[in-house]
Amino acid sequence: MIFFIRLWPEFKIRRALFRYPFIRVPFFIFSGFIDAQTGVCAVLLKFMHTMKRKLFYVLLPALAVLSGVFIMGCKDNNEPGTDPTVSGSLHLDFDNVVGNEDLKLNAQTYQNSVGESFTVSIFNYYISNFELLRADGGSFIVPQDSSYFLIRESNEASQKATINNVPVGEYTGVRFIVGIDSTRSVADESKRKGILDRFSGPTNEEAMYWDWNPGYIFVKMEGSSPAAVESPNGKYYYHIGGFGGRTVKTLNNIRTVQIDFESKKAVVTTELSPEVHVLADVLKIFDGPTQLSISEHTSVMFDDFSKNIADNYVNMFRFDDINAD
Amino acid sequence: MICLVLASVSCEKGTDSPDPGPVDPKPAPLTWTKPSHFPDPVYDLSKNPLTAEGVELGRFLFYDGILSRTDNIGCGTCHQQQAAFTHHGHDLSHGVDDKLGTRNAPSVQNMAWYTSFFWDGGVHDLDLVPPVPIQNPVEMDEKTGNVLQKLRNTPVAGAAKQVDYPKMFKAAFGTDEINGERMMKALSQFMLTMVSATSRYDYYALGDASALTTQQKEGLALFKQKCSGCHSGELFTDMGFRNNGLIPNKINDQGRYEITLNEADRLKFKVPSLRNVGLTAPYMHDGRYTSLQQVLDHYANDQASSPADSIYNSPSLDPLLKPAGKKPGVRLSATEKQSIIAFLRTLNDEQFITDKRFSDPGIGTSL
Repeated sequence: MIFFIRLWPEFKIRRALFRYPFIRVPFFIFSGFIDAQTGVCAVLLKFMHTMKRKLFYVLLPALAVLSGVFIMGCKDNNEPGTDPTVSGSLHLDFDNVVGNEDLKLNAQTYQNSVGESFTVSIFNYYISNFELLRADGGSFIVPQDSSYFLIRESNEASQKATINNVPVGEYTGVRFIVGIDSTRSVADESKRKGILDRFSGPTNEEAMYWDWNPGYIFVKMEGSSPAAVESPNGKYYYHIGGFGGRTVKTLNNIRTVQIDFESKKAVVTTELSPEVHVLADVLKIFDGPTQLSISEHTSVMFDDFSKNIADNYVNMFRFDDINAD
Repeated sequence: MICLVLASVSCEKGTDSPDPGPVDPKPAPLTWTKPSHFPDPVYDLSKNPLTAEGVELGRFLFYDGILSRTDNIGCGTCHQQQAAFTHHGHDLSHGVDDKLGTRNAPSVQNMAWYTSFFWDGGVHDLDLVPPVPIQNPVEMDEKTGNVLQKLRNTPVAGAAKQVDYPKMFKAAFGTDEINGERMMKALSQFMLTMVSATSRYDYYALGDASALTTQQKEGLALFKQKCSGCHSGELFTDMGFRNNGLIPNKINDQGRYEITLNEADRLKFKVPSLRNVGLTAPYMHDGRYTSLQQVLDHYANDQASSPADSIYNSPSLDPLLKPAGKKPGVRLSATEKQSIIAFLRTLNDEQFITDKRFSDPGIGTSL
């Protein structure tokens, strides 16, 4: 919505403010200077008009996330506190599959929707910015610092995303993004510890970061295929990333996934830590809005076609089951 | 009363480690001075204050082949001081196992003023520059995580070059912890000290009219008229990205486009600084020209070797090379070219390329 403010003429701003009155609130939080007529933060608007483009693309996503957090926070009646007497844990188990089979690295040959056979040697993806959804429409936004995971097929422990300090209650779904949000993608080193550490640890070991065009690789899948005829070693490479650009607007492959727990509920109590099983189906990477052919697209990295793969893999997740504890 | 004090003192002593040893000296702050005719630096020195120990650590890291998978390619391998920290005589550089890169090694100098790094400007922070060559498969082909582990394991018994990195990190940062942030900050500290601002041109700019000859002064005037549209200011670059009309070769490097995926950025490359340009041959992003004469012939679009246009007229060709109604290029006579070259050579900074503070401390490898 902040983009509207920047790009729209005044009457559209007013209309937006009329329709979405809550956007005044985060602006108020930011500055305290609100234009009496439009309700828009005048200082912020002026700043947006005068600042250089390079700031534009860094600051806007940052503000968008901040205001988003604020708005979402308002919806939540439960304090996301850390009091152990009112919070518990929830586990999200990501099970990578190929159709109805369990994914086996290297050992097994599979077939995609265009009939090409392939193996998988690497399958990694970042998921982050979790939000647990309740039946009443409320939600619990997981504090961002505890909300980044790198799922690796080669590392079983990585496939369980544990969320602690979850307010007790019944959850009916989960929302998260595949990838790393733009704010964190340009954040200072001090905000990139653990799984986000570019220089060591899993991100570095698995080479999930582009140094030359700094940004995380959101999804990495590699393997062999007889269809990879263009490839000197018979391998295909899909390295999908792109957070939208630091100084100029570029590729944005951040995708949001929502999974509903169908008729089931994840009941979090101080004693019960439910385990939600989620399946991630590799076949969906090849089959979605775009049918991906290995022979036609043997190597896809930072290029425009990667959007199509992101639009496919956003649909690879599906709910499987919940273990009450 | 005295007894009480004594008792408390002895209690405190009791909690100390058995051998407290001497107190570690604090790293010595190093003042970074901006040359008076230069603009303000871009790098935020307050987030990484220079210290003598930090800079020294950075110098060792810069030259040490331990940064590469094969332990024999350091930053200094392709960024050699006598060539103003470029790879002398190499159009493209070769890294581990003699693998060839696709771009000419740019100079490492005056990094404090850079708004972006590399020919395509993909990196915006000096601290994030080192991982690019370290992890590039045809440069050092090593993971930074492995480099950190190798640094932690020093000194290696029996190694020809004994460097104790934990000790150096402790001297620079207070503890012997070796992590990526510290390593990059130390490298930045060293690179920030590599300021070239003592060329003959600089003495002229600071008021010594006798520092340049008549021909060099003519060259400077011509340069301001014909070249400073892109090579502007005291750094002799506008830090922009431009297509200067080089005909794409087999590498088909799309330059800035590969970062932005914006069609308008095809074939655009960073406008390089011209400081020390007389020492940094070969020229252009792929090192295709071996002399300044060839470079000026290209811009003048009148290469002696061929009647064909040297300037490749594509949609992103820089407007400054497209004079209305005329053939692309910058009109330069043979004499004018000679004057400009004479001026460009006054940007050579002998002090900079011989300054012992920037030299290999005895651990480097040159290939």
